[in-house]
Amino acid sequence: MHSERAGMPLRLLAWGGLAFLHAPILLIVVYAFNTEDAAFSFPPRGFTLKWLGIALGRADVLEAVKLSLQVAALATLIALVLGSLASLALYRRTFFGKSAISLLLILPIALPGIVTGLALLSAFKALGIAPGLVTIVIGHATFCVVIVYNNVVGRLRRTAHSQIEASLDLGADGWQTFRYIMLPNLGSALLAGGMLAFALSFDEIIVTTFTAGHERTLPIWLLNQLSRPRDVPVTNVVALLVMLATMLPILGAWYLTRDGDSVAGSDK
Amino acid sequence: MNLALEHRTGGTAPGPRRRLANLLYRRPGLYLALLLLPPLAWFGAVYLGSLANLLWQGLYTFDDFSMAVTPELTLANLVALFNAANLDIILRTLAMAVAVSIASALLAFPIAWYMARYTRGRMKAFFYIAVMLPMWASYIVKAYSWTLLLAKGGVLQWFLAHLGLEPALLWLLGLPWLGGSTLSTSHLGRFLVFVYIWLPFMILPIQAALERLPPSLLQASADLGATPRQTFVHVVLPLAVPGIAAGSIFTFSLTLGDFIVPQLVGPPGYFIGSMVYAQQGAIGNLPMAAAFTLVPIVLIAAYLAIVKRLGAFDAL
Amino acid sequence: MTEAVQFTGVSRLFGNTRAVDNVSLSIPDGEFFSMLGPSGSGKTTCLRLIAGFEQPSAGSIRLHGEEAAGVPPYLRDVNTVFQDYALFPHMNVQDNVAYGLKVKGVAAAERRTRAREALQMVALGEFGERRPAQLSGGQRQRVALARALVNRPRVLLLDEPLGALDLKLREQMQSELKKLQRQLGITFVFVTHDQTEALSMSDRVAVFNHGRIEQVASPRELYLKPQTAFVAEFVGTSNVLRGELAQRLCGQPRAFSIRPEHIRFAQGEAASDEVQVSAFVHDVQFQGSATRIELRLDNGQPLTVSQANDHRQGQAPAWQPGQRITARWPRAAMTYLHDAQVLP
Repeated sequence: MHSERAGMPLRLLAWGGLAFLHAPILLIVVYAFNTEDAAFSFPPRGFTLKWLGIALGRADVLEAVKLSLQVAALATLIALVLGSLASLALYRRTFFGKSAISLLLILPIALPGIVTGLALLSAFKALGIAPGLVTIVIGHATFCVVIVYNNVVGRLRRTAHSQIEASLDLGADGWQTFRYIMLPNLGSALLAGGMLAFALSFDEIIVTTFTAGHERTLPIWLLNQLSRPRDVPVTNVVALLVMLATMLPILGAWYLTRDGDSVAGSDK
Repeated sequence: MNLALEHRTGGTAPGPRRRLANLLYRRPGLYLALLLLPPLAWFGAVYLGSLANLLWQGLYTFDDFSMAVTPELTLANLVALFNAANLDIILRTLAMAVAVSIASALLAFPIAWYMARYTRGRMKAFFYIAVMLPMWASYIVKAYSWTLLLAKGGVLQWFLAHLGLEPALLWLLGLPWLGGSTLSTSHLGRFLVFVYIWLPFMILPIQAALERLPPSLLQASADLGATPRQTFVHVVLPLAVPGIAAGSIFTFSLTLGDFIVPQLVGPPGYFIGSMVYAQQGAIGNLPMAAAFTLVPIVLIAAYLAIVKRLGAFDAL
Repeated sequence: MTEAVQFTGVSRLFGNTRAVDNVSLSIPDGEFFSMLGPSGSGKTTCLRLIAGFEQPSAGSIRLHGEEAAGVPPYLRDVNTVFQDYALFPHMNVQDNVAYGLKVKGVAAAERRTRAREALQMVALGEFGERRPAQLSGGQRQRVALARALVNRPRVLLLDEPLGALDLKLREQMQSELKKLQRQLGITFVFVTHDQTEALSMSDRVAVFNHGRIEQVASPRELYLKPQTAFVAEFVGTSNVLRGELAQRLCGQPRAFSIRPEHIRFAQGEAASDEVQVSAFVHDVQFQGSATRIELRLDNGQPLTVSQANDHRQGQAPAWQPGQRITARWPRAAMTYLHDAQVLP
């Protein structure tokens, strides 16, 4: 059906667009291994792994990495539980208020991060909860639920309902059916949703600036670094690591859901 | 029936798990309620509670002199949104959001069109990943990368200098609406960063909309005597509108609420997001910050109402 | 002997739609019972009510004498062969078949033996290690059958199980299913929209229309003595004549049906036990073993006639469109219908 080839201008625009999307990312890779410690010089002078070692030896970097990993792990865990429950409840049954509930799940990523962030901040203040790990996790889990929900609900809708009925019919109760039939089917969708949620949480900055108090996740550490020009080489290395930490789960999630589901978190 | 089963399982009485399973079968409403309880409790208490609290706080009084917030209800914060200075902020943000959405749509369309119509199999997967990876790659790192690109003596300037295009750049920077002293402190620079960061959010919905367009439709149009340009204007574009509208939801609302990019790149002057951030942080006027969050909420609600009529929600 | 399945005044509503409307029926143990009807007639919902996937909105269902309300599918002595087979894609054929035994706590060794036996019964003994995706449609259908039968249910439900197969395979499976049912002696409840299938396999057939049962009867009786116009026209081909025309032909104000193969063309006077009409030939279709002639009566009423072809004589049929012709049939071949008097 696609017999004809694209014209030259269209091909230029399409491939040029891809180049535009990737050039800044490649730049981060290049700068991470630049020998020079001066700020923004181009072209790079030489290749070194020196900064990688220095960055990984810095206590503040390691602290931020540790916090970000903790936050992302906890937020993903909560999102997996809440997102799966919500998708099991909503994927098939129709009942009063169903669309309101699905809207509610999407709201935290549909509204600007400043709204969610400020709302949580003022609620924490009103309740006298000190900002820290817990408050960051609460914020992240709230907007990660919909990512898991989208992935799981997509898979549930694609799984023939007759399989569940067949299992019940053959003598398995609800628990056995979940364990032997639904879980194996959902496994990769849960994993993909979890990876996307992890990546989203690991990278989030806008809500986090409101809920973190004095704690510094990796993105906040990076943001603070931008006003410290003398530290540029370390910043570059950390930027590369953050980039990889968000991109690799995406590749994994794509791989897990490639036949059939579009990556259901693509509406980040 | 139960007798039959007990016979088969050796006559043991059902365990508590089985009894619960039986109960949930008989009471599907209870089953649904148990599933929904945890997520609804979380979203109701944590999220809706916070939002309601926030909007309520927008009605509190902030004393400029003592810098203290008192729970006396007032509409002063909402009225203050229509100050000349605040209107300026709102219009600046709005103009940027609209400009970024338009530019993203223009840039995204050829990529989406090429993906939908001229790639398949492994090539389609390659394009898909090539768009998705930059979309998901760390937001803050992408913004950081652009500070490196745009900096004085940075990559972009180096390329422009080697191509002999520096006069063109100076001319662009001299323009009143785009300009600034350098690329990284100009509206143009900020615009570029926004377009870059949100572009993938525009490509994928358009691609999805075009993907649904059957090739036979194009052949039919050509068969009926339409030139490629006529086919494009009368067949392709109308069918792509829902995709463009869906993509613009992202580009519009994400630009509207952003406060990191305006802080890193571009001329001084608040955006809505940076105003909210400054009000609650440096100034400590939480009621004003709360009132200001109403602006993006209202603008986005209005925008959603518009694009809904263009079929954006079917293309999401 | 108790009935295997007994419906008393069962209704199932979906919103305002009555998918099943006040259905009463009973299926004795060991019967091959078919539910026949067009899509949306309620036959599949009835099957799902027996399996326990749906709950009746009103009425009572008894399975082997016990009230089924509130009994989950996994506690019913009933197994189902699904229309899409519903094989578990992440398990091989062996594990699919053994699944019901596994969840009921049957020991692994016995599971294996019984699953193998079940697979041999459907001639798939060699396929245990395959995945469902590696099987043909007919093979999947057999696996679904083995998976249900391995549990030794007292009632087997089959939801259009042959619908996805091609004609040859379907006919072969029809006779195999029938044989299997006789061998095992368990009750089969078979849902289909294909009247030939229902007639050729069943002991009794229930014809469904708009959520109600139109008639329950043996295949023979259903064909020869349809009680309603719907049954007459849905089971086989039939001519339903009503109103003034019916009155004139048989002297009674009742609708009746006459099968196309009971109509003859003839010259001369009709016998006293025959009815005859004059008509135009509208269309002639050669169908191999028979020729189908579409007639139009003078009032425009269509009448379909089927004449067996005698190929040994090698003659082309003599009927031509436009030709005037006299058709007649024995009074005894007419079936009076219950519901059609009010219709014009």
